[in-house]
Amino acid sequence: MSDTHDSPSPLCGGGYPAQQGERGEPGLRIGRRAADGDELRPAPSLPSPDPLRGPPSPVEGGGKSSAPATYNFAYLDEGTKRMIRRALLKAVAVPGYQVPFASREMPMPYGWGTGGVQVTAAILGRSDVLKVIDQGADDTTNAVSIRRFFARTAGVATTTRTAEATVIQTRHRIPEAPLTEGQTLVYQVPIPEPLRFLEPRETETRQMHALAEYGLMHVKLYEDISRHGHIATTYAYPVEVAGRYVMDPSPTPKFDNPKMDDCPALQLFGAGRERRIYAVPPYTTVRSLDFEDHPFRVQTFSEPCALCGAKGHYLDEVVTDDAGGRMFVCSDTDACETRREDAR
Amino acid sequence: MTAALEFRDVAKSFTLHLRGGTVLPVVAGASFSVAPGECAVLWGPSGTGKSSLVRMAYGNYRCDSGAILVRDGGRVVDVASASPREVLALRQRTIAYVSQFLRVIPRVSARDVVEAAGREGGLPDAEARARAGDLLARLNLPERLWNLPPATFSGGEQQRVNIARGLIAPRPILLLDEPTASLDAPNRAVVAELIAERRAAGAAILGIVHDAGMREAIGGRIIDVTQFGTARAA
Amino acid sequence: MTPLLSAQSLTKTYGGRTACAGVDLDVTEGEVLAIVGESGSGKSTLLSMLAGELAPDSGEIRYRDREGRVRALHEIGPAELRALSRTDWGFVRQDAAQGLRMGVSAGGNVGERLMGLGERHYGHIRTRALNWLDRVEIAADRIDDPPTRFSGGMRQRLQIARNLVTAPRLVLMDEPTSGLDVSVQARLLDLIRRLSGELGLAVIIVTHDLAVARLLSHRIAVMRAGRVVETGLTDQVLDDPADAYTQLLVSSVLAA
Repeated sequence: MSDTHDSPSPLCGGGYPAQQGERGEPGLRIGRRAADGDELRPAPSLPSPDPLRGPPSPVEGGGKSSAPATYNFAYLDEGTKRMIRRALLKAVAVPGYQVPFASREMPMPYGWGTGGVQVTAAILGRSDVLKVIDQGADDTTNAVSIRRFFARTAGVATTTRTAEATVIQTRHRIPEAPLTEGQTLVYQVPIPEPLRFLEPRETETRQMHALAEYGLMHVKLYEDISRHGHIATTYAYPVEVAGRYVMDPSPTPKFDNPKMDDCPALQLFGAGRERRIYAVPPYTTVRSLDFEDHPFRVQTFSEPCALCGAKGHYLDEVVTDDAGGRMFVCSDTDACETRREDAR
Repeated sequence: MTAALEFRDVAKSFTLHLRGGTVLPVVAGASFSVAPGECAVLWGPSGTGKSSLVRMAYGNYRCDSGAILVRDGGRVVDVASASPREVLALRQRTIAYVSQFLRVIPRVSARDVVEAAGREGGLPDAEARARAGDLLARLNLPERLWNLPPATFSGGEQQRVNIARGLIAPRPILLLDEPTASLDAPNRAVVAELIAERRAAGAAILGIVHDAGMREAIGGRIIDVTQFGTARAA
Repeated sequence: MTPLLSAQSLTKTYGGRTACAGVDLDVTEGEVLAIVGESGSGKSTLLSMLAGELAPDSGEIRYRDREGRVRALHEIGPAELRALSRTDWGFVRQDAAQGLRMGVSAGGNVGERLMGLGERHYGHIRTRALNWLDRVEIAADRIDDPPTRFSGGMRQRLQIARNLVTAPRLVLMDEPTSGLDVSVQARLLDLIRRLSGELGLAVIIVTHDLAVARLLSHRIAVMRAGRVVETGLTDQVLDDPADAYTQLLVSSVLAA
């Protein structure tokens, strides 16, 4: 055991042939601080072969059981995690560059965040506190499933509070509460290639990235303006990372693009179906592409949230009945609830 | 060389590969010259190589042997051995050619055809435009036709466009291949006048002119092509 | 004067079949060179090599860059080669779908090269696109239409605008007029001739149509089975062909 105990990170060497399921992973420590000693906490045992279903009821908050282990910590085997971490390290070293990785089959369909789940599984440590949001909400099916998945397979604590989380897996939104150093935001990405819209040939888009030929990205924006009079792209709005690679920020609304810039948290992107990983290290310049005479602008919401009453936040339209009733509410449920609590 | 154009012992034959390599001799030992301000008319029955000689002078036909010397400003160029680029340069500034047929891009208007030839010959845009109009007017091409493509014209009308095209830019050598064959008498007279003007301006003219009246009008010296006959070679 | 582009002994073989054998040619500014021959004669392979898209098995292509340096194509790195092909060179394809972005508006197609060069002002891109559409006789109100809504002739004209917007010095054309109606062809030929003359372009045009070669080109190279069998002044080669194959080609043309 001595060969692994003093190793600060599995990425620095040290295999785990005999310890699978017995001891935790220290987690990937790029841009965030993991709590000391989290390696030494015992792994939870998993009573059920199915991580998503079956007794006993989910243990949120890192519950312990004495039943024999069935799954490795955080579902993926250690070899796979290391493979993913290597891809992540490269992604962090080359911000915005899409690193291919051997995406695994996950116990959920593509489109449900298999890329994000694999990244989360690879970086999760025992002391991590996980938050999962889908469209900004913690209580949607997808968010709940993934949260339960990790609660069961890794036994980590989960939360809906942005400030309390160390790892936040997201599809579509960046939380409103400012992210801090030590936090990691994991994005689920459906289509990682920003140039694909105009250039379907992968061989060609790779060349374009390699040579930083990004004129085509502006053709997309040009088309927007010529059609709509303004840049109508509202999500997956292309950004230039660290002055080099152009990146697709996944289906994130452009409202959130400014939050990616100079962000203290580490941002990791996983595309499971497309087998690509990319990253934005903390405090990296992320610039939304635009034209001099059509500068980048975020959407504005003039109405207040129907629940918390705050203005200037990203709103979702919610249909309330089948008679055309609808309301606009904050997309970030945690931020909305926090505001409502504060008001009380 | 004082002449503007000189043929020295020129021979020409065609090898017909599609007819088992049959060699068809055209001319041999052709030697003559044309001085600036002089008009020479090639004369002889059809099939004796008049047209071939004119075409060789323009670089349109190759030359088997001999030299075709052209005075190009201060230097002398042998068309027979010149590179394609040299021949193109000669055509641009030294040799004008009026062929029997007009070969142009179908859609281009008559006036544009003439004007473009002027620009290619070095005239500024405005002058090319003005001269194109003058020439077409003098050649009695009805103004309503100027903006139409010549492909729709009669033979005589097309030929007048062709003449205007060949004469618009002043060049020291003028080659003519039956320029008036399809013209009526009044128009032949106009062409004769234009050629005479060019000659008076110092151009060396070499042409094929069947019409005796026309020959007289332009005051051509006769060169008998039968003397370059190739009976022996055949 | 050094030619703008020159090729020496270009040879390319595909699995034992020779597509190009020992081809020499050169072209310079203001000059249109036609490469004619029947299909399978190696014309398109030759053009791909000249465009730097296909590496010859042997032989060399030299290009005189804007600084006047003569450089072998194979010594230019891929990044610069691509940059050259987007700025200094143009390539008008036979199939417009390969030369255009069919899902992008006409304006976007023309503006792409400008944006590739770093132009980031929408208004300026728009103005230049309009100017070029006008020069290739495409009405201004079609600027936001995609080429899928254009006729064959318009698509080819749009390809020309898209290529010429960066003021290239060399334009390669692969059968740009084939498949077009005769009247449409004439309009395109006129346009190509006018623009190449006005802009002093070096043009290499591959065509199987001798009439196109005659009307557009100054010089011609006749290809057969991968070799240039005859080359020279276009009108001389067509009116007084020396090679047996050229004689056959010329005599096979239907007189109009």
